[in-house]
Amino acid sequence: MDGLPGLLLLADSRLPAGGHAHSGGAEEACRIGAISGPEDLARFLRGRLATAGRVAAALAWSACAAADAESAWRLLDAEADARIASPAQRLASRTQGRLLVRTAKRIWPSAALAALARAVPDGAHHPIALGVAAQAAGCTPHQAAMAAAYTSVTGAATAAVRLLGLDPVTVHRVLAELPYDSVIAEQHDWSALPAHAAPALDLLAEQHLRTEVRLFVS
Amino acid sequence: MTKALVRARAILRTGLDDRGLTRIETMRSDPPITLRQTAPGEIHLVSTGAGPLGGDRLRLDVEVAEGTSLTVRSIASTLVLPGTGRSLMEIHVYVASGATLVFAPEPTVLAAGCDHRMTTSIELARDASLFWREEIVFGRHGERPGRCHSRFDATVDGHPLLRQEFVVGDPETDASPAVFGTARCVGSTLITTETAAEEPKSEPREAEVAEGVAVLPLAGPGTLVSALAADAVELRHRLSWGESRVLP
Repeated sequence: MDGLPGLLLLADSRLPAGGHAHSGGAEEACRIGAISGPEDLARFLRGRLATAGRVAAALAWSACAAADAESAWRLLDAEADARIASPAQRLASRTQGRLLVRTAKRIWPSAALAALARAVPDGAHHPIALGVAAQAAGCTPHQAAMAAAYTSVTGAATAAVRLLGLDPVTVHRVLAELPYDSVIAEQHDWSALPAHAAPALDLLAEQHLRTEVRLFVS
Repeated sequence: MTKALVRARAILRTGLDDRGLTRIETMRSDPPITLRQTAPGEIHLVSTGAGPLGGDRLRLDVEVAEGTSLTVRSIASTLVLPGTGRSLMEIHVYVASGATLVFAPEPTVLAAGCDHRMTTSIELARDASLFWREEIVFGRHGERPGRCHSRFDATVDGHPLLRQEFVVGDPETDASPAVFGTARCVGSTLITTETAAEEPKSEPREAEVAEGVAVLPLAGPGTLVSALAADAVELRHRLSWGESRVLP
């Protein structure tokens, strides 16, 4: 089956699944001055893609390729937990995952999405929700991983445009030049999935929660 | 000068003596990894050679037997140097039920031009305790670091607790405000105390954050102190602060 329409719908920021409320650490990075212009933003996004994006892509690939069984979703979800040290980021990931499952179940009704919702009632981690939604939408694991890699940076990019008043075309050029393919690989052994950490993102996520005036949830 | 590539595998195992105290059951040094007992239940790693150098493959196995305690430190920091190909340091650890391991060596310093791989895999029994500190310094003073890829995997009773990889020396990501920012060192300390997984969850532990350091309660039974810093002294200071928040 051709999963392209599913991929486009899942990667579209207009998908009503609450993704627009999250900046992936960009808001805090802008607030403390770590991002002040397009060059900083490009470095931020490259680092985010190579770490959190790579991990998200691997989880989404695995979720999309998995046969649906509640025990399998719990195992994969535990692998995601072990790769997200920051409680603030785990919370943001689960919140987005829960909303995505709720939305995707209505768009692409499937046994796998229903099983995922039962297996992880508090909300599966977002890349897993994305992978299972992609499976329901007829996407390949590669397409699921691409959607995960792409959405790992687009929210942060859009947030920076809004917060700093950057030129949206310049920022889209940055997005167009990112090496998405370099973080996508076929995955088999869940315990060996990539686990690239981003200590600065962890610090940003925790500081963000403690910042009084916030436009974005994370 | 060419140096023969080194293959070394050192082994460290504890056991209980007649009085129920920890004794070192096996202490097999394999240069350049030399083990020295410095106190009861305490071992220092002594590097008896330069490096690791590119091409070297070093391995350390640590097994902490049921009810025993082991502390591993090192005399000096490890300077990873370039050589012929990639160097490898792998550490395999098992901490049995009721056992405690403190592993807190001096930092690993990545000299210019090095190409280093570090893997650490730690299996913890359900009620084992661990204190594991790891510090990586990006080059000697004023030096651009070589490459390093580290992977850390810790499981408790077969369930994943923490898996994390660091890639240092990739210009694409090193200076990224998302990864290391302006820091020249990265460090983390994983602390688990005998919190059995099946115990009723106590009130959710709070994360804490200060300049360059965060105390991060994990999803599983453990806490990670994660820090970034401009130099090794500041890094240790930040980690120590975080550790003190977890272990009063």
